Amino acid sequence: MKRSGFIRWALIWLVLTAADGALAQANLEINTPAIAALKASMQQRHAQLAGFYARGAVGLTRDGGIALRDASAVQLAQRQLANSLVAAENQDRAALYREIARANSHPEWENDIRATFAQRWIGNARSGWYYQNAAGAWVRK
Amino acid sequence: MPPRFPLIGIAAWAALMLAACVTINIYFPAAAAEKAADRIIEEVWQIRKGEEGAQGDKPAAPN
Repeated sequence: MKRSGFIRWALIWLVLTAADGALAQANLEINTPAIAALKASMQQRHAQLAGFYARGAVGLTRDGGIALRDASAVQLAQRQLANSLVAAENQDRAALYREIARANSHPEWENDIRATFAQRWIGNARSGWYYQNAAGAWVRK
Repeated sequence: MPPRFPLIGIAAWAALMLAACVTINIYFPAAAAEKAADRIIEEVWQIRKGEEGAQGDKPAAPN
């Protein structure tokens, strides 16, 4: 009697432990101060970048960054701004991928995270925006 | 004799579970990464969750 009671509790405990382990796997840690700061910076910059995406001047690259794909779609006076926005955004994105990998104690995941983001940026992009396909050609979504 | 058997089974199972947890963690959790990426992108691009179905700026409903 006592023994079977123990076994039952042991089983319940094991099931809970296993479920806990599975939950821990189900999410990546993305709530760190560094990641929050990068998100805020990118969100702010997006207000300026959105117009460039919409005009096709800036597109999403296949490696999880962005690039000036059509300088002629940008007025001469704005080209400097566009270039610096692209450079700053790529810097933030690289830092974001690195930080997520580090926050999850797997710095070697950085490239996998970059590849995942590359797909999801494109997946979440508005129609009309440009992105690079696997071959590197620009495609209008 | 009978109670011994399940105990051994449970111990073996527990060991397997522990090993599985450690093993899973070595491989890149692709599904979790996609979810995390979507959450971050939605915030950065200010995409509202409910908007998702209507996303894509369809000019008008089919007539």
